[in-house]
Amino acid sequence: MINIQSLTFNYQHNIPLFSGFDLSISRGETWSVLGPSGCGKTTLLYLLAGLRQPTSGQISIDSEVLTRPRPHSGLILQDYGLLPWSTVYENVELGIRVRDFYGPDGKHTPDNYLPKDNIDHWLSRLGLSEVVDKFPSQISGGQRQRTAIARTLALEPDLLLMDEPFSSLDAITREDLQNLTLSLCAEQNLTLVIVTHAIEEAAALGKKILLLDAAPNQNTRVFDNPNAGQKNHRGSQAYHDLCDLLWKEMQIPSPQPSPEGRGGTQ
Amino acid sequence: MKRRDVLLAALGLVIVWQITAMIVHRPILPAPWDVFVVFFKELGNGLLIHFSVSLWRVLAGMLISVLVAAPLGLAIGGSKTMNRFLSPIIYLLYPIPKVVFVPVVLLFLGIGDTAKITLIFLILFFQIVVLVRDQAVGIPPQLIQSLQSLGAGRRALFRFIYLPASLPAILTALRQSIGTAVAVLYISELFATKYGLGYYIYYQGSTLFNYPAMYAGVVAMSLLGLGMYFGVDWLERKWCKWKFVS
Repeated sequence: MINIQSLTFNYQHNIPLFSGFDLSISRGETWSVLGPSGCGKTTLLYLLAGLRQPTSGQISIDSEVLTRPRPHSGLILQDYGLLPWSTVYENVELGIRVRDFYGPDGKHTPDNYLPKDNIDHWLSRLGLSEVVDKFPSQISGGQRQRTAIARTLALEPDLLLMDEPFSSLDAITREDLQNLTLSLCAEQNLTLVIVTHAIEEAAALGKKILLLDAAPNQNTRVFDNPNAGQKNHRGSQAYHDLCDLLWKEMQIPSPQPSPEGRGGTQ
Repeated sequence: MKRRDVLLAALGLVIVWQITAMIVHRPILPAPWDVFVVFFKELGNGLLIHFSVSLWRVLAGMLISVLVAAPLGLAIGGSKTMNRFLSPIIYLLYPIPKVVFVPVVLLFLGIGDTAKITLIFLILFFQIVVLVRDQAVGIPPQLIQSLQSLGAGRRALFRFIYLPASLPAILTALRQSIGTAVAVLYISELFATKYGLGYYIYYQGSTLFNYPAMYAGVVAMSLLGLGMYFGVDWLERKWCKWKFVS
C-alpha cells in the first residue's frame, strides 16, 4: 500500500532526517514508529500525510505518488486538532463539511464521494453521544481524542496516521483508547501508522515496529511483533522481551545496524 | 459586563454629578434631574432624530470597516509574503491619530455622511486589521495541518479556521474602538451638517446656551456608546459561545 523509495528529506539548512530511506507497508498492517526525539518520527508521518514533500525520492500510496494530502488518509495529532469554537458534533462533522464544501473534485474530495450521514454512528461508536453539544474545552483529554478519531473515521479512510495521540492521557484512558484504536483498525481494515516515543505503546500496538535512529536515517530497522493487539499480549513474555530489546536498541547509539539482536531489516 | 454593574456605575456617576452640580451651582452644570427631564422632552423634539443619524453613521462606519479590514487582516495573517510587505505600512499608519484627518476628509469628501463615515472607518480599520492579522498569525499550525489532512485547501482553511478564529478579534477591535469612534463622530458632526448628536450638543451649548439640552445630548451620546458596547457583547455571546463556557 505504502511504498517509500530513496526518501531524502531535510528542513532548510539542517542535516537530512532521512537519506536514501526505503520502507514498504502493506494494507491492513499496524505499524509503530519509535525513536528518540528529533529523529524524524513526526516528519515521516507528515510526509505520509502529504503535508511535507520529500527533498528527493518519492512516497507512493496505492501506486500513486503522494504530492498533497490524500482524501483517504486520516491524520490524528497529539493535541487533537479540534476547533475550539465548534462543538463535539461540529468537530466530528468537520471533515464531511470540508468535502461538501469542495464537492467530489478528486483533489480535496474523492471523485466518487457521496454526502454521508454517518456522524451519529461514529459519535455513538466512540462513546460521545452524551457530549455532542459540548465544546472541546468542556470535555476530558480522552474525549477530545475520541472526537478527533471519530472525525477522521467519519471520512472512511483506509490509512490512519497517528502522531503520539495518547501521550497526554492518563494510563487507564491511554490503554482504553489504544485498544479501541486496534479494534477500529481491525473492524474497518485500516492500515495504521502510529508514531510514539513510548516503547511499551509501540510494542502494544504495532505488529511491525520501525525504529528510527538519530538523523540521518538511512537503514530501515523493523521489528516483527505478530502478537500485537491480541488479548493478554501486554502480559506476555514476548511483549516484555520485545520491550527490553527496544530499550537496549534505543539506549545504544548505533548508526550502523548489526545483524544480532535486531528484529530484521528491510 | 453585567447590567447590575452598569446600573450601579450609572448611579455612582449620577451621585457624583449631583454633588458637583450643587458645589458649582452654575447654569453651566445643571443637576442630573433637570437634564433627565429635558432629555425626555427633547427626545420628541428632534433629539431622537439626531441620535438616529449618529447611530447610522457609526454603524455604517463599523460595518464597512469590518467588511474591508477583516478580510485584509486575514489575508495578511495567512500569507507570509503579504505580512512582510503590508505590515510595515500598517505599522507606519496605525499610530497616526486619525482625528488629524478631520479637516482633510471634510475638504475632500465634503458635506454629507460620507466624510463622517469615512472618519469612523479610518479609526476602526487599523484596529481590526492589526487584531485580525495577529489572530490569524497566532493560529496553531497543528490546527491548520489537522484541517489540511481532512482535505482542506486554502479556501476551506479560510472558511473553517481563519474566519471563525478572527471573529473574537473583530469584536475586540470594535469594542476597543467604540469610545474613539464616538469621540471622532462628535468632532466630525461639528462641521457641515445639521444633524447628529455632535451638531446637537454644540448647537445647544454654544449657540443657544441651553445647557440642560446640551447635557441631554451628552447623555444621548453616552447611551449611543453604551448601546454599542452591549451590542458587541451580545454578538460575542451569540457568535463566540465557546468563550463563555466553563
